[in-house]
Amino acid sequence: MIEIRGLEKFYGSLQVLKGIDLDVPNGEVLSIIGASGSGKSTLLYCINALEAIEAGSVVVDGIDVHAKGTDINALRQKLGMVFQQWNSFPHLTTLQNVALAPQIVKGKSKAESREIAARQLEHVGLGDKFDVYPSALSGGQQQRLAIARALAMEPEYMLFDEATSALDPELVGEVLDTMRLLAEEGMTMICVTHEMSFARDVSDRVAFFHQGVIEEIDTPAEIFGSPKSEHLQKFLSNIR
Amino acid sequence: MFDYHFHWRPVLKNLPDLLAAGLTTLEVAVLAMIIGIVVGLGLALIRLYLKGPVRWFATAWVELARNTPALFQLFFFGFGLGAMGIHMSPYAIVLAALSFNCAGYLAENFRGGFQAIPVTQVRAARSLGMTAWQTYTRIIIPQVFRIVYHPLTNQMVWAVLISSLGMLVGFRELSGETQALASRTYRIFEYFAVTAIIYYVIVKIILGASRLLAARLFRY
Repeated sequence: MIEIRGLEKFYGSLQVLKGIDLDVPNGEVLSIIGASGSGKSTLLYCINALEAIEAGSVVVDGIDVHAKGTDINALRQKLGMVFQQWNSFPHLTTLQNVALAPQIVKGKSKAESREIAARQLEHVGLGDKFDVYPSALSGGQQQRLAIARALAMEPEYMLFDEATSALDPELVGEVLDTMRLLAEEGMTMICVTHEMSFARDVSDRVAFFHQGVIEEIDTPAEIFGSPKSEHLQKFLSNIR
Repeated sequence: MFDYHFHWRPVLKNLPDLLAAGLTTLEVAVLAMIIGIVVGLGLALIRLYLKGPVRWFATAWVELARNTPALFQLFFFGFGLGAMGIHMSPYAIVLAALSFNCAGYLAENFRGGFQAIPVTQVRAARSLGMTAWQTYTRIIIPQVFRIVYHPLTNQMVWAVLISSLGMLVGFRELSGETQALASRTYRIFEYFAVTAIIYYVIVKIILGASRLLAARLFRY
């Protein structure tokens, strides 16, 4: 379970998160929607401490992420993350990309790490690409590689930061399908997304961000069917 | 009017001495590069991540190494330090000056290399639970190494060629040896022609080895 309380984040004098309260129970798929610059991605970075916070707290499975003595590297193993810019490691083959962290972070043997990597690559449909370098993959394949790389650490939560925003339109589907598959398998997921159909069809709840606050959070049916806040209504009508 | 007669025999007789001096040149250049890489990497990291006097020091080093003649740098380590009572052997003077010069140039290569790696690579690595050290050694440095590889090769060639300045502080590397032998026989042109060929061959060997190594190292 992820528990966020009173979270505030500043970039210099600009406040991007203005007191976020949010609980994400295990097994839930939460989509976060909202305009660019509303703080959606920043929230994800605060959950796994890639960004420091100025006030409030993030607690994952009872552990305070931003507390001083927290072993953040151990905690991050629970929190898989997939980025907008897929960030594959260009100097490593597909298999090495996925096998590296299990080996050097979890201390598994080389053989076991490669086995895990092979399994995760099969899982995301890259079973025939073990020995190629990322430069030979399409954007969609690189993003699935990034998902496999995160899954190889056997995380309990997956954070998706606009995982399809940088992809060519015809490649979006394969990545969304992979995310759907994970959701069906029961993974707890927080997905910052501009894919409204994904948010509507796959999520248990949808949160609407507006200027650093969660303005509305509810089931997809309520958010898309009968939006209450004026900003959300405007946001949705702009998208359609 | 052209009545100069070439005499190659004295040169060829002393060819083993020239080749031995060529090895000395290569040795001092390789050592200077090794020192230059270690120090240059340190200077680059200081200029990227630290503030205050240590950064000013690194910046001054890089500025002086890159923007003053290599010959003056050599004279500083030879006659400059000598005037202050610090006397080193010709070998040490050349090694120190060459290392100083290489470190300055390589520092800028490394700095550019680090800046070319997107910060998102660091985030991706850290998000997997890697420590800062693991991120640097497994993700960042290997990518930087590829970026600086060819500039590194150029610097190696440069180190071989400017080590020839060593003859001005009495160091018997390839040029110093040539000068000494030539002044004994007055076959100056012949000696320096042969020496030029030796330099050329050394540089070609470095470039060839570098290309072979690159093909093995960088498959992506």
